[in-house]
Amino acid sequence: MELQKFTYDNKLSRMFLFATILWGFVGMLVGLTIAFELIFPHLSGGISWLSFGRLRPLHTNAVIFAFVGNGMFTGIYYSTPRLLKTPMYSELLGKIHFWGWQLIIVAAAITLPLGITVSKEYAELEWPIDIAIALVWVVFGLNLIMTTVKRRVQHIYVAIWFYIATFVTVAVLHIVNSINIPVSLFKSYPVYAGIQDALVQWWYGHNAVAFFLTTPYLGLMYYFIPKAANRPIYSYKLSIIHFWALIFLYIWAGPHHLLYSALPDWAQALGVVFSVMLIAPSWGGMINGLLTLRGAWDKVRESPVLKMFVVGVTAYGMSTFEGPMLSLKSVNALSHFTDWTIAHVHIGALGWNGMLTFGMIYWLVPRLFNTKLHSVKLANAHFWLATTGMLFFAVPLYFAGFTQSLMWKEFTAEGYLKYPNFIETVVQILPMYYLRAFGGTLYITGVIIMIVNILKTVKSGTFVETEEDQAPALHASKHGEDKGHRLIEGKPVLFTILALVAILIGGIVEFVPMFMVKSNVPTIASVQPYTPLELEGRDIYLREGCYTCHSQMIRPFRSEVERYGDYTKAGETVYDHPFQFGSKRTGPDLAREGVKTGPIYKPDSWHYNHFSNPQKMVAQSIMPPYPWIISNTLNTSHTAKKIRVMQTLGVPYPEGYADKAVEDLKRQAAGIAQGLRDGGIDVADDKEVIALIAYIQRLGTDIKK
Amino acid sequence: MKIVTKTMEGIADIQFFPIIGLIIFFIMFVVLLYFVSRLTKNQVDEFSHLPLDSDGDASRENTES
Repeated sequence: MELQKFTYDNKLSRMFLFATILWGFVGMLVGLTIAFELIFPHLSGGISWLSFGRLRPLHTNAVIFAFVGNGMFTGIYYSTPRLLKTPMYSELLGKIHFWGWQLIIVAAAITLPLGITVSKEYAELEWPIDIAIALVWVVFGLNLIMTTVKRRVQHIYVAIWFYIATFVTVAVLHIVNSINIPVSLFKSYPVYAGIQDALVQWWYGHNAVAFFLTTPYLGLMYYFIPKAANRPIYSYKLSIIHFWALIFLYIWAGPHHLLYSALPDWAQALGVVFSVMLIAPSWGGMINGLLTLRGAWDKVRESPVLKMFVVGVTAYGMSTFEGPMLSLKSVNALSHFTDWTIAHVHIGALGWNGMLTFGMIYWLVPRLFNTKLHSVKLANAHFWLATTGMLFFAVPLYFAGFTQSLMWKEFTAEGYLKYPNFIETVVQILPMYYLRAFGGTLYITGVIIMIVNILKTVKSGTFVETEEDQAPALHASKHGEDKGHRLIEGKPVLFTILALVAILIGGIVEFVPMFMVKSNVPTIASVQPYTPLELEGRDIYLREGCYTCHSQMIRPFRSEVERYGDYTKAGETVYDHPFQFGSKRTGPDLAREGVKTGPIYKPDSWHYNHFSNPQKMVAQSIMPPYPWIISNTLNTSHTAKKIRVMQTLGVPYPEGYADKAVEDLKRQAAGIAQGLRDGGIDVADDKEVIALIAYIQRLGTDIKK
Repeated sequence: MKIVTKTMEGIADIQFFPIIGLIIFFIMFVVLLYFVSRLTKNQVDEFSHLPLDSDGDASRENTES
């Protein structure tokens, strides 16, 4: 058979690899900064764009989409042509993908600290950037699928399936969760509200973990572990079952983020059942990765690359065991809203994604630059710093999580909360926050060592722009002999469609009844839309990322009802575009903050002083001050438009109300400001803080009317 | 959110989508298991060696310790 010659282009892999290292360092540095801000709340120096609530979304977005994103593209652009025996379909599309993705990252790094956010976790970016993401993602997917179509091998290796599933699913998740109606260039509201928005968001959020942090990296695992160990994957049959089971099951698991919330029980139960089932394919993948090294463990001792892969895959196994456990309602009752969640995600991010990325980098750079790694000793030092750093990060946070949760739930013999002051439970776990920051410091020190090592390695070699290879052409006639699963694998477009069907099913089963069956969101007659001032105040709450530390979801537990007030009902959230349940209680829940007869009510003057200097009101508080909210003048130029957009979304403001909105806003603001002035606080009617206080005092009050 | 419900109401027979989805879910799984069980050892060997075909560049490993 005639052999065809062709070349692999290494330029794109090199570009993505350097971007991975750069953004990885930046994302981790921001993470370390906010870890220190939790210990030293005045570290941000009263500068708005350095505050925890704005930097935390930057940290998560940078690590997920910039570090892991560029990491997966590095591996995909290197492995895809080699597995398919053809160059990438289009070098130009690859370049557009690279520069487009980096521009999106830069846009995120500018807008998030400025408070331009939709305030849905890991989907914070505003609509113009969302559109750019969708376009660049299609460019990537087109290049990937067309390369698969043009391949010279009959069988499409399992790694490519994971890449294709990643492309298809992330596209669907991103588009469905980002359907917003713009108010201006930098502001939009999601079309979903309240509990329905929560369901869509956590369907997205959970599957961003599944299809951005997991499936592409499983693809990399199936390519780079066999490469580094120089032996085939343990079981190819297992990899096929692993793939289909994983993508089928993952998509259902989102509701486990909303256990004990106002989400209907049937949806919570679906989330739990599928989360528990997920352990099977997840561990199938882990076992397949680790057993590939059977008979090669002597190599693991010597090679930092394999060491990192082993710890990475083990961390994957640990976090995919922990995930189903956390999905059990009894465990979740304890773990949810605590630092346990933070520990769990960092085993995944620092262990699975981090270690696999570093291993891949140490393996790739010597090959891309035709040289040897500058120092194996330094790479080993990095391995140990990363491993111990990860443990110093996670283990203290597990303790912090159990401790705080048990304190929240503890009653005295007389039947009162033992720790009625939330701050007591914070002070108790602060030493764990110090240890977490120490762990983070170790981890990032390892990354700095890696950067030095990689730079020296790059200097010692010369870049191999292209590599030649040869293979016989793929004859169309061979398709006729296909049988069974090979038929699917042989047709990438059919395969893509089947993967799409697989991942759509779970979403449809959960969404259709949630949106169509009225009894899932029982109406409460006394629940009214926000006033214009409250709506503006709510937008300040979103801008400052208050949801990163405060939940608005009181679960139906005696300890929570006692501490915060009546548990949250689905019908109370119907005008919340977007929902603000939150996922972490670094501070107390705010769902009933405004209820005057409630256990946590505070007067307007308390809130004013608290925003200005939290430690003045609660000496041991770890909340940062918000001086800019006190001094900023409220921008009302978009208020009317905001009301109109809300009307489009189905919020029942009276016809023509938008034109009167600013007038109403001023009247309500004057009342609140006068009350503050009567109490001796010198404040003008038109300050942002007035709107925020109006919103805070509205929270949870509807059903008390 | 009424906007979403209204859009969904416009899709004909949407109430059957979940049950159709579930049926596809089970059929695909059973068919998959059947075909995987029918793969021959030769095929599996050929597929699993795909990443290892092209180069034998183990020499680039830096074995200094």
